Amino acid sequence: MPLLEIKDLSIRFGGLQAVKNYNLTMNPGDIRGLIGPNGAGKTTVFNMMTGILTPTEGQVLLNNWSIEGFQPYQIAARGIGRTFQNLCLWRHMTVLEHVKMACYSKITYGLFGAFFGGARRKREETQMTNKAMDLLALVKLDQFADQLVGNLPYGAQRRMEIARALATDPKILLLDEPTAGMNPEELDQIMEIIRLVHGEYKMAILLIEHRLKFVMELCERIQALVFGEVIAEGEPEEIRNHPQVIEAYLGKEIEY
Amino acid sequence: MTNQQPEIQSNGPSKGGKGYFKAFRSYFSCVPMLGWLAGIIAAVLFERFLGDQISELLGLPKIPVLFGCMIMLKDFSLIPSALAFLVGVYFIPILLVGRALAPVFNGLAGMIYKISPMFSVVLHLALLYLALHLWADLSAYRLMTLKFTLVAVMLTLSLNVINGYMGEFSCSHPGFMALGAYAASVFTLVLFTNDRFFGEALLSPSMGVYFFPVAIILGGFAAALGALVIAIPSFRTRGDYLAIISLAFMFIVKSLIENLEVVGGPRGLGSQPNYASLPMVFGWTVLCIWVINNFVRSTLGKALNAVRDDESAADAMTVNTRRTKMVGFLFGAFWAGAAGGLFAHILRYVNPASFGLQRLAEILAMVYFGGLNSVHGSIVGAVSISLLGEALRPLELFKWIIIPLLLILVMIFRPTGLIAFKEFNVKQLVRPRN
Repeated sequence: MPLLEIKDLSIRFGGLQAVKNYNLTMNPGDIRGLIGPNGAGKTTVFNMMTGILTPTEGQVLLNNWSIEGFQPYQIAARGIGRTFQNLCLWRHMTVLEHVKMACYSKITYGLFGAFFGGARRKREETQMTNKAMDLLALVKLDQFADQLVGNLPYGAQRRMEIARALATDPKILLLDEPTAGMNPEELDQIMEIIRLVHGEYKMAILLIEHRLKFVMELCERIQALVFGEVIAEGEPEEIRNHPQVIEAYLGKEIEY
Repeated sequence: MTNQQPEIQSNGPSKGGKGYFKAFRSYFSCVPMLGWLAGIIAAVLFERFLGDQISELLGLPKIPVLFGCMIMLKDFSLIPSALAFLVGVYFIPILLVGRALAPVFNGLAGMIYKISPMFSVVLHLALLYLALHLWADLSAYRLMTLKFTLVAVMLTLSLNVINGYMGEFSCSHPGFMALGAYAASVFTLVLFTNDRFFGEALLSPSMGVYFFPVAIILGGFAAALGALVIAIPSFRTRGDYLAIISLAFMFIVKSLIENLEVVGGPRGLGSQPNYASLPMVFGWTVLCIWVINNFVRSTLGKALNAVRDDESAADAMTVNTRRTKMVGFLFGAFWAGAAGGLFAHILRYVNPASFGLQRLAEILAMVYFGGLNSVHGSIVGAVSISLLGEALRPLELFKWIIIPLLLILVMIFRPTGLIAFKEFNVKQLVRPRN
């Protein structure tokens, strides 16, 4: 049984068909790429998978459980974790608090614990702190745990977002342009982290990316999305040489 | 506070007032909270036993009740003697005892802290209560002002949960307060008082004081119920809607009570039993601060901040945003209701007119003056605005020019308030400073 199954996912905003008949099947440990020019509908696919947008047609099945009708936080708690294209940070919170917040769904101390404290809350908060610190160590941010997130450089904020998404214990991790606006050095760090996450946690990862070199190096299979439709799917090598992809995507970059 | 020293050195030679202030601060930075409390108790005792003689010596008619503000504003020629009293009786003893005995109190505080931090906190609270009790004992006016200030702290903190921590703009606090005040009043009047509204007491009045906490909690729940009425329609959207709906709610509550003859209508409801003693009010305030601080420091409570700063990110990180907002709003309303219940029993009279726009402006001013998202800020804001309000009373109408002007200045120079976005760590506060 596949981990994630997306069948004929389509969404229409008024007269605009943003995504049409998108299909995807992923097994545990898969690492996939989704490429396409700006406005192709990549992030829209992510938003439908996480329940932020409701598709007009089609369904998303996670371990045979349909996400239809569930709130984003419920879907996230079931195991679809994500990062955002433009960083979505809580600017008055520290790095550690960010990662701890993603453990929200595992809190069992309830309002009584929140109001009056107690042993259970103390235990759970310590557990969450430990888990968060482990994840921060993974992305090499443990020494900045008590910093406000706004004080971090951009690349570190991106890494923090990955740690935060991992804290939700996802079965599948959706990374929305994890390398946007990064310098080569930061790029290598992100690549290393993604490899580590993939290798160590055997986590399924779906990656939206603009840097083709980065996707080609990481992903086993790649889909190319243009104007809401998948025009090509296959191994990195196939995609690289696919005439339509070159026309729609790479061609533009050469021109640019 | 120990890291103050290098900061000054790096600034080079101190320039002007700011430098002196910093030097002053660093000189007293070694005084622990215990030392300050001891200093305050010493000053209060000093005033208690020698205050009359000193004020006579300085030519003051009597001991200045509220730090001499009243006297200074009424008769300008008495300003020097009132100031002299202030400095001689309060500042010098507090600073002297605090600074001179700092090593002793540091040692003592360290010893107590080692036994148990919790015990240390309780001891500090007991000392604080003692200081307040001794200070308020000298006049009924002081006692009244102190109680209202404590209630203001509760109100400010509860509004800060909604406007600061949750980042919504709620205007219904006077409404919640009114619900709490009337619910608690009706409870005590029906059960424990023989009065003209509800007739004979149903239970023995002597038991009443033990049931007073129940009345306060009932008031809190009445307010929370009212909050639910607002929350259901308005939490589907964000932003201005809650402000408008909550403002409407405040007026609805007010006119509802005005038209309810059972509770006295516009004439109000009086003769509440005298249950709101200083220890009672102090205890409720401490409980309120403790519970709210507990809540906002837990991950469950910090979800409020996450929802405020970026709701979709919170949603994607498994935070149940709807529940979080609901809990925050009802929680804030609960404490406003509890504060209302106390308010009614301190004044021993409530009427709908006291829960109007002016009250709203006052609470909002306290929240925004003190600082959003901060327990420190709420305490500072509530205490300073309510004391200032009392102190400037002789100025009558000009009071309402000076306080808003102050607020405007704070908004210009510190847009989020005096002490915003700071965690309130009580255990840190009572630690020795060395």
